[in-house]
Amino acid sequence: MTQADILRWRRFGDAGVLLEFDDGIEATRWCRAVEASNIDAQARPGWRSALITSTMSTASLIEALRSLVLDDAPTAPVRHLNIEVVYDGEDLDDVAASTGMSREAVVARHTGALYTVVCLGFSRAFPYLAGLDRSLWLPRRSTPRVRVPAGSVAIAAEQTGIYPQASPGGWHLLGRTDAVLFDERCEPPSLLQPGDQVRFMTVRA
Amino acid sequence: MTSLRVIDPGNLTLVQDLGRASYAAQGVARSGAADLGSHALAQRLCGNDDHAAGLEVLLGGLVLHAIESCVIAVTGANVAVHVAGVPQGRNHAFTVPAGAEVALSRATIGMRAYVAVRGGFAVPAVLGSRSRDTLGGIGPTPLAVGDLLPVGHVANAPAWLDVAAVHDPNEHVLVGLVPGPHDDMLDDAGWLALTRTAWRVDPRSDRIGIRLAGTPLPAPASDLPSFPVLAGCVQLPGDGMPVILGPDSGVTGGYPVLGVISQSGLDALAQARPGALVRLRRAG
Repeated sequence: MTQADILRWRRFGDAGVLLEFDDGIEATRWCRAVEASNIDAQARPGWRSALITSTMSTASLIEALRSLVLDDAPTAPVRHLNIEVVYDGEDLDDVAASTGMSREAVVARHTGALYTVVCLGFSRAFPYLAGLDRSLWLPRRSTPRVRVPAGSVAIAAEQTGIYPQASPGGWHLLGRTDAVLFDERCEPPSLLQPGDQVRFMTVRA
Repeated sequence: MTSLRVIDPGNLTLVQDLGRASYAAQGVARSGAADLGSHALAQRLCGNDDHAAGLEVLLGGLVLHAIESCVIAVTGANVAVHVAGVPQGRNHAFTVPAGAEVALSRATIGMRAYVAVRGGFAVPAVLGSRSRDTLGGIGPTPLAVGDLLPVGHVANAPAWLDVAAVHDPNEHVLVGLVPGPHDDMLDDAGWLALTRTAWRVDPRSDRIGIRLAGTPLPAPASDLPSFPVLAGCVQLPGDGMPVILGPDSGVTGGYPVLGVISQSGLDALAQARPGALVRLRRAG
C-alpha cells in the first residue's frame, strides 16, 4: 500500500490542509518528513493530525504530500527524559474514587507508563503525552478551574500533560513538578519536543 | 540611541511586529499586530523594514515624550494626533521635535491605532519577535507610565508621502470565509444561518478571539482530539456561538473549525468594536 492510498486530509481554508492519522506518532513522523523535504510548506503535529500550511494550492500541496516517501525521513534519535513529580494533586482523591483505586495505585499507574510527547499546544508549549494507562482515562472535570498552577501534572481522557504556566484548565491534577518546561531564552524554548519519551518519577515534597 | 518616554499608555498599548509564526510547532502563538495592514503601512511610512516593531494602541489615549527629534506615523483607528499641541494628520510620517509630546486622542472609529517610529521600537526581542503575546505572556510587557522605549536605526529614507490613501476602518465588516476541516459538521441550513446572520461582536472579544453573538447555531455534541489551529479559524464551541481565533489564540484547539478567514478579514475584524455587525460570506 502506498501513502497515496492512506492519506486522509481535510481542507484548512486557504491556509493548507489538515492530515488525519490513527495515532500521534504517525503525525510526528509526517511532520518531520515534510520539514525535511523540499516541499514549500510548514508542518506541525496535533494529537492525531498534522497541519500543513503552504501558499501552494490545495491540489498541488496534496499532490506533493502524496509523493513523500516517509521511510527516507531522517529519524531523530529518541530522547528519554525523567520528570520528577510530587504526587499531592488536588484531584488525586477524586481520581482514586472515580477509578476505584487507592491514591498509591493511581500514582503507580501514572509512574509505571512510558509516555511519548505527541505535540505542544494550548496557550504556551503545553505538552500532550500519549501512553496513559487505560484505567486512568476519565472525562475532563465538569467545571474547569479558573487557575491551574504552573508545573501541574494532570490527566484527561487518554492524555496526560504538564501545565507550563498558570492558566485555566479542566484536567485532573495529580501532582506538580519543578521542571522548567519553557524557557524563552532557549532554542528550542520547550524542554519537551514531539517524539520525546518521558517517564514520571515520584519524589517527596 | 534615542528613545521615547511613555507619559500615558492609554487603555492598553502593546509592542507588536509581524509575530513569531515559526514557533507554532513549539506551542507558541503567532501574536503580532492584530491589524497587520495598518501596522505595515505605518512602518513603510517611516521607512522601516517589514520586521520593525510598532505600537498597537487600543482605543487611543497614548501620550509619548520624544527625548530627541524623531519621525513618527500613526495609522489604523481614527484618533486625533497632536504634536506639542498642534494637530497632525494620520497615515503620513511627520517629525516630532526633541522635547515635544505626541498625543493620541480616544479613537472615534475603529479599535486599534498603530504608531511607528523611524528606526523601529528597539525593545529586546523574545523568540525572534518583539510582539506581546497576551495569552502566553511572552514578549515586552504592556506599556506603563515612565517606560523608556529605545528607537533603532534604519538606512532607508522615509516615504515622505503627503498622506497614504487609506480609508478609515469600517464600522461593520463583511469577511470572506473559506471552508475549513469541519465544514461538514454544519448542514446546509446551518451554513445558511452562519452566512446570513448579522452577528455582533461580543464585548468579551480580544486578541485571543473574537466572539460572535447572535442566534446560536446547531453545535456538534462532542469535542475533537486537539489539532493545530491558527489565527482566522472560525470555531464552533458547544454553545453554538462562533469564535474567530485571533493572533494570541492557543495553537491547538478541540472545537470544530468551520472555516478560515484570511488576514485581510482579520485586519478588518481587529478594528470592529463591541456591538459592530459582522457578516461572513462563504468564499471558495
